[in-house]
Amino acid sequence: MTRLLAAATGPDLDAHLRVHGPGPLRGAVRPGQLGPLVEEVAAAGLRGRGGGWFPTSRKMAAVADAVAGAVRSRAPVVVVNAMEGEPLSGKDAHLLDVAPHLVLDGAVLAAEAIGARRVVAAVTGGTLHLRAAERRARGVDPVEVEVRAGPERYLSGQESALVRWINGGPALPSGAVPYEKGVGGRPTLVANAETFAHLALIARRGARWFRSAGSASAPGTALVTVGGDVPSPGVLEVAVGTPVGEVLHAAGVQAPGEGAVLLGGFGGAFLSAGDAAGIPLHPDVLRDAGAALGPGIVSLLAAERCGLAETARIARWMARQGAQQCGPCMFGLPAVASDLEGLAYDGDARALERLHRRLGLLPGRGGCAHPDGTARLIASALAAFRTDVAAHLSGHCLAAVRSMTALQPQNH
Amino acid sequence: MEARLRIDRIACDGAGLCAELLPELVRLDEWGYPIVDARPVPEALAGAARDAVRLCPKLALRLAGTVADAA
Ligand code: SF4
Ligand code: SF4
Repeated sequence: MTRLLAAATGPDLDAHLRVHGPGPLRGAVRPGQLGPLVEEVAAAGLRGRGGGWFPTSRKMAAVADAVAGAVRSRAPVVVVNAMEGEPLSGKDAHLLDVAPHLVLDGAVLAAEAIGARRVVAAVTGGTLHLRAAERRARGVDPVEVEVRAGPERYLSGQESALVRWINGGPALPSGAVPYEKGVGGRPTLVANAETFAHLALIARRGARWFRSAGSASAPGTALVTVGGDVPSPGVLEVAVGTPVGEVLHAAGVQAPGEGAVLLGGFGGAFLSAGDAAGIPLHPDVLRDAGAALGPGIVSLLAAERCGLAETARIARWMARQGAQQCGPCMFGLPAVASDLEGLAYDGDARALERLHRRLGLLPGRGGCAHPDGTARLIASALAAFRTDVAAHLSGHCLAAVRSMTALQPQNH
Repeated sequence: MEARLRIDRIACDGAGLCAELLPELVRLDEWGYPIVDARPVPEALAGAARDAVRLCPKLALRLAGTVADAA
């Protein structure tokens, strides 16, 4: 089921305009009001593809409310979030390569619909700035579109961190709510690049069309980055709700066997491959199963590898990515990483006890969800790799392969 | 309206004054950072909770769900 990838016309603006025509612009609303597109997006049930899966129309409405409620009504700002800090994700970079104009169309249409005059697209590389320059030269867009390259860190795509960076600060979470106080202090709509691409198609084809794929509670398709121990890793597009096993199959996995699947990335969760195969890639189902869909990540960890050692490496990496701002994150993450290393490398039973106690104290105690995601990942690993835990405690490792490269960050 | 204690984790310095002022609702983790009771503040502790909020040196502690907060 491909929509975005089927609609992708590459970087060439003329090819894009030939296939899709110009974006169905309707004229900007006054700041504080909502254009008809917002209703269409609400009817479509579009939810954010950056990992939060929050209803996009509600975000748009929250921005308009904040503008209307402000003492001095100023035009809001739209931010395209293509920071893709999650190391296992490659879908936003891919989307910007193959369908940059859909992303920009969506951002511009969203800007009109909430009365924004400015779009900032935040990327970590690529050629989006060239596309934006071309559109500017040809007068395609009624609003200003600026492309900015930001720092490649896990947290730089966190909404408040992104806004803080655009405002000239460090790319670290601030705890501020962008829809109230975002870029330049203005109410700001921050949404993922893929979300805007879906929005651009919804504006052209309508809510009913959008709902004809996916699930009623999470309609449409989603880009998924499949990786790890699969024969053909890469970015796929599937209907939301597609079983994990089908996605693995599409990546060349005949039978996932005894391995484990990491869903949702480093802030997601491991499930045994057996448990994962039948589970739908649906944000709510995965959340209820203690996992996460995140920005659409499915990574296979072969049974030959040591899941505990893999997770220990990820936990240490996550501890280093913390912003050193909040005590429970600054001290808690390195501590649980050490505990996990103690279990994985030394079979230390006391480390495991400490780990259980400390994991319970991470969720809800940071300025952002970074500690929550890390705690979820580790807790899921202890469950998915419970036979490994038992083996390590008695001094063995079950893994046949000791090199640990399957799920490591590539470019960070 | 029920009020719950909330902490701005970025602002909190972990010096732990709140746990001294309000041990019934706040304890400290092994590094000295507060662990707050997430339940609504009971009536009997409302005054002490307001004091803790007022005295937090980093203005990191607040009572959420009060009328002022909803406004
Ligand atoms: S929880 Fe960690 S990552 Fe999040 S703001 Fe606090 S220190 Fe930064
Ligand atoms: S009194 Fe304030 S700054 Fe000190 S530990 Fe409590 S919340 Fe943090």
